[in-house]
Amino acid sequence: MYQYDAHDRQLVLDRVEQFRGQVQRRLSGELSEEEFKPLRLMNGLYLQLHAYMLRIAIPYGTLSSAQLRKLAHIARRYDRGYGHFTTRQNLQFNWPALADTPDILAELAEVEMHAIQTSGNCIRNVTADHFAGAAAGEIEDPRIWCEIIRQWSTFHPEFSFLPRKFKIAVTATEQDRAALRVHDIGLRLLRDHAGQLGFEVMVGGGQGRTPVLAKTIRPFLAAEHLLSYLEAILRTYNLLGRRDNLYKSRIKILVDSVGPEEFTRLVEEEWRQMPHDRIDLPEAEIQRIRAHFAPPPFEALPQRDAEFELRRRGDPAFARWVRANVSPHKQPGYAIVTLSLKPHGGIPGDATAEQMDAVADLADRYSFGEIRVTHEQNLALVHVRQRDLGALWHSLAELNLATPNVGLATDIIACPGLDYCSLANARSIPVAQRISLALQDLDRLTGVGELKIKISGCINACGHHHVGHIGILGVDKKGEEFYQITLGGSADETASLGEIVGPAFSSERVVWAVETIIATYLSLRRGPEERFLDAYRRIGPDPFKEALYAAH
Amino acid sequence: MAAQVITANRLVDGAVVYLSADGQWVQSLEEASVAEGEAAAAALVAAGDRAVAGRLVVAPYLIEVDRGPEGIQPRRYRERLRATGPSIPFGGGMKG
Amino acid sequence: MPLIDSDGRTLSDPWRLLAEGEDIPELGPVLVPLRRWLAERDRLLARSEPVGVLLQSSEGPADLSGDLRRVSLIALEFPKFTDGRPYSTARLLRERYGYAGELRATGAVLRDQLQFLRRCGFDSFEVENREAGDAIAEAFREISVSYQAAADEAPRAADVRRGERTGYEQSKVCAGFWAY
Ligand code: SF4
Repeated sequence: MYQYDAHDRQLVLDRVEQFRGQVQRRLSGELSEEEFKPLRLMNGLYLQLHAYMLRIAIPYGTLSSAQLRKLAHIARRYDRGYGHFTTRQNLQFNWPALADTPDILAELAEVEMHAIQTSGNCIRNVTADHFAGAAAGEIEDPRIWCEIIRQWSTFHPEFSFLPRKFKIAVTATEQDRAALRVHDIGLRLLRDHAGQLGFEVMVGGGQGRTPVLAKTIRPFLAAEHLLSYLEAILRTYNLLGRRDNLYKSRIKILVDSVGPEEFTRLVEEEWRQMPHDRIDLPEAEIQRIRAHFAPPPFEALPQRDAEFELRRRGDPAFARWVRANVSPHKQPGYAIVTLSLKPHGGIPGDATAEQMDAVADLADRYSFGEIRVTHEQNLALVHVRQRDLGALWHSLAELNLATPNVGLATDIIACPGLDYCSLANARSIPVAQRISLALQDLDRLTGVGELKIKISGCINACGHHHVGHIGILGVDKKGEEFYQITLGGSADETASLGEIVGPAFSSERVVWAVETIIATYLSLRRGPEERFLDAYRRIGPDPFKEALYAAH
Repeated sequence: MAAQVITANRLVDGAVVYLSADGQWVQSLEEASVAEGEAAAAALVAAGDRAVAGRLVVAPYLIEVDRGPEGIQPRRYRERLRATGPSIPFGGGMKG
Repeated sequence: MPLIDSDGRTLSDPWRLLAEGEDIPELGPVLVPLRRWLAERDRLLARSEPVGVLLQSSEGPADLSGDLRRVSLIALEFPKFTDGRPYSTARLLRERYGYAGELRATGAVLRDQLQFLRRCGFDSFEVENREAGDAIAEAFREISVSYQAAADEAPRAADVRRGERTGYEQSKVCAGFWAY
């Protein structure tokens, strides 16, 4: 993974001191809350319902074991012993004191981490395929380009006061594990016919109040021009994006209002006039960054480990976990392991300091000291020898991180909702907990198959409900918590937005509604190989509406 | 007009606080000073403004409450959660 | 609202912003809104006194592009500090149109934006904050590393790394230089 050099280190240290000064000025009264708020927000520090919340960037979801141990330490020393992994591959601490935040940042800087641009109307932490560097069929490690974007976007002097926040995601396989189409910019690495490296550039996706799927504005952009092209998109947006209405200020609205063709023309025209060599990185710098993402020293192993195969055949519980939580690796004899942060009845995405420390140890032992954070709020060890899977499974089970439910109905995404978030209309976490407990029977879970349930506590859609196979949105009906259900959303390479199925359900009825949807699917699917999403796409919403509302 | 209490988040640590009868910002809603009527509410707002200027709290505002056998109860659900903390155990995972 | 340069030094301000309908004075530098410049350009230029133009954040530099040698000051107004359009306008003026005169940030300009503003090509700042001198000069230097090229001379980290200070060619004249 990327390691800071003296410049990277200096920048982060400068930032710590700058923020220390800002906090001091706030505490001394030199800055009012009004003046301080945008400053703290540019550093990921929110004031939530019960306390401050500090959001820490985990660029493209990659952590070293030392970094994860540091997060555990911060959780214990400055917070309440846990952290929350978010749908943007970040980590949130829910209880830091304002006066401690400069010290927290100083501790983070020791392990090459920061909270820069984790909020505010700027280019946010760039996200990536969480299986980067391990996934089969990858063009090259997308994190090379994420790191290039991370550096370019950090304190970009022109783009720190955009009309609204701006999110970029990068992948390098046909399969989309990073939800490209719901990002302001989605970049898919590919090669053209001549073998040249480049990107498909998608612009204008997003969730929130007006969900939109991004449109491809350039099927192929030579990779070396990535930064100048991004700069052209951002400048076009900065100058033309709406600033009069919070809900119309994302780039998706601009693309929609001028039309994708005209938007593309504006970007291309701006790009044509830019001095590319000043903006794009010299090849030597790209190579320098690329070198940091060289594959780890894999052992030469047979494609299939005999001992692992034997165990899998002999131990159904192990086999179940492998089927749900282990994915194929591009390197023979290796596997990718997802650590479920969705224990049945638990809080999606939460990890205790003890779990973090233990996962760091396991990463050192089994996965070259590297941990990934997925946008589905799980962790992953992506370079595990098949022969180690049995031992790892045992260790994870002791940590309550081996629930065999990845990609299944209880692998629920849930935003913090009204338990923490000051913008929320309703709680998300308790709903996730109740659904998860209702569906926890493992045979049934496996029988239902792939099913993505995503819950947001308000229309901001941090819980990605628009792209859930079943999406659940908390709404406030006269002071009561209600939940609106959408069906048929998807965030993968076949991205689609969910459709509202009908009137919202009360908190008591929401678990029943999910169970009814699942029962309807089971009764109508062609067979176990027809996934929920495929069945929904084939049969449409009517049978579900019928089952949910006919009795009333 | 419902009875009102003034609440805010404490500047240094963000904790939920209420203005008490003896003019302190306290974490327990039970100890909050309850205003009946406009004049009393205006006095709470004025005290809130002073606390902002004095760098004690951030963004104070009035909330509506009822007084019953269980003590002071905010009317809005959101405020009930603010008063009691998250409705879930902290930490999930092993503790959950 | 003190006017400072990018070293935090207080500048004296010879410019007079003409109010709506106010007659053009015979002497002294005047600053006019773009609309007035477009309407009375020839009259303003006929005086052999410096002229400046004030652009709102919604106004781009295109209307001025032919006259950039004739104006000595362009002031970009920040209606709110969160309105980031003038950053792009400033870079376009400096980098695309080669504007070399004074570029002033005015309106909602806060201490904590100064470094970004300077990097985008501004060289005078009407700050809302109370500090002056060294304390504010610090604000221009808080972050000592630049990852990207902008309208200032700071080399990018990538270029420093290559060991070549590329020292971007600037046609920029020193701040505070006016033709009178
Ligand atoms: S979706 Fe709404 S409630 Fe949930 S975290 Fe985002 S803003 Fe808060």
